[in-house]
Amino acid sequence: MTKNFWQVDPEIAQRLLDGSEGAFESFVTAYKAKLFQYSFLMCGHREDAEEVAQETLLRVFQSLDQLRDPARLKPWVFRIAKNACLMKRRRSVFAPAVELSLDELKPRLHGEGESAKLEIADWSALPEDEAFKSEMRNAPTAAIGGLPVNYRSVVLLRDIEGLSTEDTAEILEVRIDTVKTRLHRARLELRKQMDQFLRSAKGAPVDARQ
Amino acid sequence: MHDNDCDQIFALLSEYLDQELPPANCADLEKHLKDCPPCITFVESLRRSVLLCRQLGEPVQCAPISPDQLNSLREAYRAALARRPRC
Repeated sequence: MTKNFWQVDPEIAQRLLDGSEGAFESFVTAYKAKLFQYSFLMCGHREDAEEVAQETLLRVFQSLDQLRDPARLKPWVFRIAKNACLMKRRRSVFAPAVELSLDELKPRLHGEGESAKLEIADWSALPEDEAFKSEMRNAPTAAIGGLPVNYRSVVLLRDIEGLSTEDTAEILEVRIDTVKTRLHRARLELRKQMDQFLRSAKGAPVDARQ
Repeated sequence: MHDNDCDQIFALLSEYLDQELPPANCADLEKHLKDCPPCITFVESLRRSVLLCRQLGEPVQCAPISPDQLNSLREAYRAALARRPRC
């Protein structure tokens, strides 16, 4: 899977609306995989994710004539996907909201005063072997899956799909400040999880700086 | 993290990384970072973990789309195109 696979042609929406040759296939190929990944990480079930991806694509095509601004294609698609995930009513999608405490996301200190040291892995000197790199590349998937759903939904749209704060707020129907707060806490939690992964990984260095 | 200044910047780090902080807050934060190695280390670890998420590794493989599913999508697409007003 190359990085280019995920780069959706910015003109795809206009070509899709114009009925240009190949636009349908390009759109389905690019968005099926993206929607499956989003739905899998949101719902946690492979079968649900397959259904959500297909239902979303179908709804997108069924109402494509209602899309007025081609530049809004991506947030529009993900709003449909979010609603399709909610309809699945499984796992934690309808679970009570869990809040992440900022204080609990701070790195721990050892010692007191001037001699206190930050307990943190050394991210600047990661092991070079391929097995470690592969594990490290996959670590975020597990960590994202473990986030409370109200944080997971934000990080998926902002950091994985690269949508703006404003678009994310509109899709999730929350305030912009709420997106910013949840994104920051989600990132801190992911950092914490990956830091723990690094510190427990064989050969990974640990930094305990003052 | 280890003093009040560290605590104050802690809540702003994502906006800083996203270059969405107002200039005055950004200048204050960078001034603090200059003299606080633990915060520099922490910001770097946060920046790298965000990058790792953005470059998410192998996506979970989805099943190939079936000919029936593809046909139903294509039919819906054609119907929408037919309904769309032409300029």
